[in-house]
Amino acid sequence: MPMNKQQQAPLFHISKRKALPWYQAWGIRGAAIILALVVCAVATTLMTGEDPIQVYITMFEGAFGTSRKIWILCQNIAILLCVSLAVTPAFKMRFWNLGAEGQVLAGGLATAACMILLGDSVPNWLLICIMIVASIAAGAIWGLIPAFFKAKWNTNETLFTLMMNYVATQLVAFFVIVWEVPKGAGKIGIINQSSEAGWLPVIGGQKYLLNILIVAALTIGMYVYLQYTKHGYEISVVGESERTARYVGIKVEKVILRTMLLSGAVCGIAGLLLVGGTDHTITTTIAGGRGFTAVMVAWLAKFNPIFMVLTTFLLSFLDRGASEISTIFGLNSSFGDILTGIILFFIIGSEFFISYKLHFRTSGKKEG
Amino acid sequence: MGNEIAAVEMRDITKTFGTVLANDKVNLDIYRGEILALLGENGSGKTTLMNMLAGIYFPDSGQIRIDGKDVVIRSPKEAYDLGVGMIHQHFKLVDVLTAAENIVLGLKEKGRLNIDAVAKRVRNICEAYGFEVDPYQKIYDMSVSQKQTVEIVKVLYRGADILILDEPTAVLTPQETDKLFAVLRNMKADGKAIVIITHKLHEVLDVSDRVAVLRKGQYVGSLVTKNTSAQEMTNMMVGHTVTLNIDRPAPVDPKPRIQVQGLTVRSSDGILKLEDVSFTAMSGEILGVAGISGSGQKELLEAIAGLQSVESGSITYVDDAGNREELTGKDPLKIAALGVTLSFVPEDRLGMGLVGSMDLTDNMMLRSFRRGRSVFTDRKSPKTLAEHVVQELEVDTPGVSTPVRRLSGDNVQKVLVGREISSAPTVLLTAYAVRGLDINSSYTIYDLLNKQKAKGVAVVYVGEDLDVLLELCDRILVLCGGKVSGIVDGSSATKHQLGLLMTRLGGEDAHE
Repeated sequence: MPMNKQQQAPLFHISKRKALPWYQAWGIRGAAIILALVVCAVATTLMTGEDPIQVYITMFEGAFGTSRKIWILCQNIAILLCVSLAVTPAFKMRFWNLGAEGQVLAGGLATAACMILLGDSVPNWLLICIMIVASIAAGAIWGLIPAFFKAKWNTNETLFTLMMNYVATQLVAFFVIVWEVPKGAGKIGIINQSSEAGWLPVIGGQKYLLNILIVAALTIGMYVYLQYTKHGYEISVVGESERTARYVGIKVEKVILRTMLLSGAVCGIAGLLLVGGTDHTITTTIAGGRGFTAVMVAWLAKFNPIFMVLTTFLLSFLDRGASEISTIFGLNSSFGDILTGIILFFIIGSEFFISYKLHFRTSGKKEG
Repeated sequence: MGNEIAAVEMRDITKTFGTVLANDKVNLDIYRGEILALLGENGSGKTTLMNMLAGIYFPDSGQIRIDGKDVVIRSPKEAYDLGVGMIHQHFKLVDVLTAAENIVLGLKEKGRLNIDAVAKRVRNICEAYGFEVDPYQKIYDMSVSQKQTVEIVKVLYRGADILILDEPTAVLTPQETDKLFAVLRNMKADGKAIVIITHKLHEVLDVSDRVAVLRKGQYVGSLVTKNTSAQEMTNMMVGHTVTLNIDRPAPVDPKPRIQVQGLTVRSSDGILKLEDVSFTAMSGEILGVAGISGSGQKELLEAIAGLQSVESGSITYVDDAGNREELTGKDPLKIAALGVTLSFVPEDRLGMGLVGSMDLTDNMMLRSFRRGRSVFTDRKSPKTLAEHVVQELEVDTPGVSTPVRRLSGDNVQKVLVGREISSAPTVLLTAYAVRGLDINSSYTIYDLLNKQKAKGVAVVYVGEDLDVLLELCDRILVLCGGKVSGIVDGSSATKHQLGLLMTRLGGEDAHE
């Protein structure tokens, strides 16, 4: 039979893969990072004329150069991880909590309020206990409000939590003016600078060590909670299918409220660590966008608290490295963001190749 | 027939999904002026093969020829251009638009849209073949069979003369099926090539001229319908001889188990779903529930299981000793707390009965995870149960830690039924328990139901295949528009009788 004119099959088509063994999946992720570094190198040379190897070394030094830099990196990881841990149970339940920013602010504001209002009147240990309770309660309430409306009237939690962020920001802005020192400065400054009342204790001579230890404990706790407890199991069932949950008698509304209470409470702890532990002041930007970066952290780690240590490390490293590049090479700070963007693009893109396979058109040959 | 050129020739068509070989070098010819039945069990690759003809999928290898010319079909639009149109099992219509609007949707016709001209053409098509469609009627006002008619007209409107219908009778009553077949015969007389995908043998015998059989993705052969028999086709489909009888042992000592009195249920948007439904389900008996889809079957089962709020009426459970418990207004947890073991195999297996992304062990836990006071879950006993179910019901799975979503439909159902009967229920509610299952698995399920019946369980079997209902059930309750249209004896009722009860209350012609 004569071969007639050229087949016009599509150039490629996409099909779903079966689950890859873990080493292949990580191989693809590794290849993506290497590819990203190559593309970054080309972009760097073309756009700035700098030696890409030198740029990478600078990036690395920016994150690990001195022991101080390592501590700062760890602190950044800890806080980002804390917020990411907070949103994870909600996300696992398919409750899109984009309000971590506001919940952290609420926790921070409660901490600052305790420090300012009670700083001189109660003993320090009691003050810190009150701060802990207040910050957790404030974050939890901020998380509970949208959850209540969701459970009761099925409102859209994405919009609701997002709006709550603005409310929290404005509340903080208001109290910054109420408590500003000195009058007219428009900021609070360091709270209780002389008495250090309400400052979380420094352990081991390292300012950030306490935060890091608390978050490490939280990570393990969250992992166990989600993986091995009945609550964690209920969260997974509700997230996968509310109808299945109702079918087996899980009270979906109760699970939503309970989980958002937890999510908000952990955000409150992040606020406590920021205000009471490191910054000792409060501003409207103290959450620093971590509530949104946390979304990416949680997704990249597929909601597994242990993997989240890796993803927060990656994002914090890129962030620190990028700012170092712009300082050392005198480049616009956007350049660091471009590199971060390229790397994230490749990492997120690699997930596509883990789940799907491309088949290219085989050239002309046909069997039988 | 032999000498003319086939309208469609499919040669050596192969298609894989991941590692699953859906079609393996399949050859198929379709002729004009002929109704071809494409027969095969679920998962044998019938729909996949036809989807490649309709441009939904693209074959990995092989060649399609239309009227003797090699063609490449990359999209449904290209399929239409070649005259191929497919009516899918799940309708693809926009509810808020009218029939005519749906029919022209997506067509790029020059000039302004003149909906009246469209309606006129639609009417012409309807007259030519004997359809009944009001072009100005909204889709949401239509019955399932009317929607199907719109889908067929839509395909004809686009000028298709090769029509593929994917399990067109699955949602129709016997009477509607007869009407559809009459239309198909008219289209055949008009010289169109028609393919119906089906696994119902009596339909094949009824309407087709030729039958092509697929088994596990491979083409087994084709037969001229009038020279074959149901038994021969089944053997070709399954690959070995099977007996086509379902057991119906006589009920042993039936006693009232569930008594439903005047049950009225409204959906959350206020639509009346069940109205004044009363019946009794007996222990040791299989009670069938028949009806056109959406006649209240789902609401009935969910109301008994405590998942649906009840407007009025009562549901009472009677235990062996004659003690009565009111189930109305109680949720599944409260019902369980009364000591009533009520199992429910819902219609939506992965959306309600199981969690698709969880593995077998975690799915076994769904019913039992609350046991014990510990805050931690116990995964040991569910794992044992999962292994037990896999072994007992011959579930084909790589292991108990495979997500159930990865299993085939048959195995998903075995896992679900296995879990539900593991709790030694006294009431077993099942909705469409064999939908999508192959013959062997279907018989496994019938056997399981009969075993439960022998143990004295009150089994409620909501089904759609009337032949099965008539062979399996002791009594059949027929729903029509949310009301009880009649309760008939399974061994003496006929299909015709059920069909009438399903469409008209009481099965009588309307007198008013």
